[in-house]
Amino acid sequence: MAALVVRLSCLGKRWVLACIDGGSRHGRGAAIGLTSRRKRGQSSVAQQPLIAVQKSRKGEREWAAVVGLEIHAQISSNSKLFSGSQVHFAAPPNSLVSFFDASLPGTLPVLNRRCVEAAVMTGLALNCRINKKSLFDRKHYFYADLPAGYQITQQRLPIAVNGCLAYSVSVGKKPSQVSTRTVRIKQIQLEQDSGKSLHDEPRSQTLIDLNRAGVGLLEVVLEPDMSCGEEAASAVRELQLILQALGTSQANMAEGQLRVDANISVHHPGEPLGVRTEVKNLNSARFLAKAIDFEIKRQIHELENGRKILNETRSFDDKLGCTMPMRDKEGKQDYRFMPEPNLPPLLLYDTASLPPGADPQQVINIDWIRERLPELPGKTREKLIQQYGMLPEHSFTLLNEVGLLEFFQNVIKETRAEPKKVTSWVLNIFLGFLKQQNLAVNESPVTPSALAELLNLLDRKAISSSAARQVMDMKRGNPRAINKLIGLVRKATLSRADPTVIKEILERKLSS
Amino acid sequence: MWARAVKLGLRSWVGWRRGFTSKADPQRSGRVTAEVIEHLERLALVDFGSQEAVARLEKAIAFADRLRAVDTDGVEPMESVLEDRCLYLRSDNVVEGNCAEELLQNAHRVVEEYFVAPPGNISLPKQDEQEPFSHI
Repeated sequence: MAALVVRLSCLGKRWVLACIDGGSRHGRGAAIGLTSRRKRGQSSVAQQPLIAVQKSRKGEREWAAVVGLEIHAQISSNSKLFSGSQVHFAAPPNSLVSFFDASLPGTLPVLNRRCVEAAVMTGLALNCRINKKSLFDRKHYFYADLPAGYQITQQRLPIAVNGCLAYSVSVGKKPSQVSTRTVRIKQIQLEQDSGKSLHDEPRSQTLIDLNRAGVGLLEVVLEPDMSCGEEAASAVRELQLILQALGTSQANMAEGQLRVDANISVHHPGEPLGVRTEVKNLNSARFLAKAIDFEIKRQIHELENGRKILNETRSFDDKLGCTMPMRDKEGKQDYRFMPEPNLPPLLLYDTASLPPGADPQQVINIDWIRERLPELPGKTREKLIQQYGMLPEHSFTLLNEVGLLEFFQNVIKETRAEPKKVTSWVLNIFLGFLKQQNLAVNESPVTPSALAELLNLLDRKAISSSAARQVMDMKRGNPRAINKLIGLVRKATLSRADPTVIKEILERKLSS
Repeated sequence: MWARAVKLGLRSWVGWRRGFTSKADPQRSGRVTAEVIEHLERLALVDFGSQEAVARLEKAIAFADRLRAVDTDGVEPMESVLEDRCLYLRSDNVVEGNCAEELLQNAHRVVEEYFVAPPGNISLPKQDEQEPFSHI
């Protein structure tokens, strides 16, 4: 049914007319098919500023928002959760699909050991209780990218429950003003991913690629302990870092390895919780906070104008900067959960309960896994603070930027300069330079060795700090300049030249 | 498998409804209402095309209801007859896949190695508008 559905949404006095393709679906999934086209001449909704505390109109009471998250992380494994076909991001359509993934009759699920280990590792890292017995269920809904008509998940008794995740948020304008929050983890469960739908509107059809069908997912459910977009984004970021440190998921949102759904409601403090909406299609770190804050504002606006919030599913349109209802004519979904009849309960052991003489390939020992957990981001930050005397907020920045920690550690290795000096240079000048040039750490024309040498020279007082900064400035124009400059300065210092001479040389080089 | 899923779904659904309406209570009357049938047809895409099919469903429910005669106080429900079996763990190796051509042979329509489906879900028409269900 490709009928166009016209939706009107208003925020204050601004009206937006958006045409949405009739590609709604049940259950989980990115609404790839939902396209919004603005009619010509209509103004768009303004980008909403991020506000943590929602102050309402004069005379009205304060609002508090409640945000819970359901995060799906693709497990980093060679093969899928219940079949031996490959897990790989880009491949010819339907080439990584086994008979089981295509749901051909007579096929059965066979559980992948690596996925269970990944779930246990993640559960332990998030301080969960690992259930020694967990069960698999079927969750039924119809959609073309779910060939079986059901998804195998763990609804009744998941593999891990009752954990917590600590993250940090800024509480003031100064970078040093950070506060640690925790969010409770309700559960972690193993489940199958669905295939991918590509909506071909003009020909009124959907193209289905099952390469992703059956890939193992970890669903991490965060309790509604968060109250705004920034907190949610920070929690997700921290979870990303943990998953990457563990190696259980690459958690790359751009590649769809980490997907987030948010459950949002608002209420007056002291009163019962309000009706919640679910916002799907949050597949980018950038838009996560934006979408959540928009939805909070929208709900407050609706309630303040005497309207009710519908318990519905919405998606975020990043171009318009607003959430839209996802068409769901079927009303509340009935997934008809039933136990997966082809899989016995999943039993895990610890050292005490390990059955003697058991095949090591067939048993999973929680204690063994716990002893071999890699270092978590929290611990890494602690060590940086202790070892190098840096401030907590610096340790956060070092870990938050992809590749920056490794860069920093390489510079430390090769330089004699004080760690505090290195920290300051890497976080302020180097990172600032990268941001200005819009480069990632791995695209940096400045290598750790180069920076280390520069800092050595600075340390030896062979060059002044302003000269060193100018060297960095040079990078903007001429990528090879730094090597030339370093060579020159080195030559100059070997001959023990006057610092002013060196500065002259540098300036001459800079102007040439 | 369909019958089992329908039965299980119906039992839990009926149990929920029992608290609200007495007319949709097959236990007492043994009848399954048109409303329930319509709901089931949407959920399971099963076509209860004739009165015989509905009668068969009612008999199936009555058959399952005989379980109530057993006293299960204090007994943990059995979730799976496989509960004593060991769940086999497979090593994480790639041993399948690479058979796109074979899989696509089953498809009614194919576009460049993609399966083709209609856009989105097509809603079932309401009870009064219903025609004999035709497959795509």
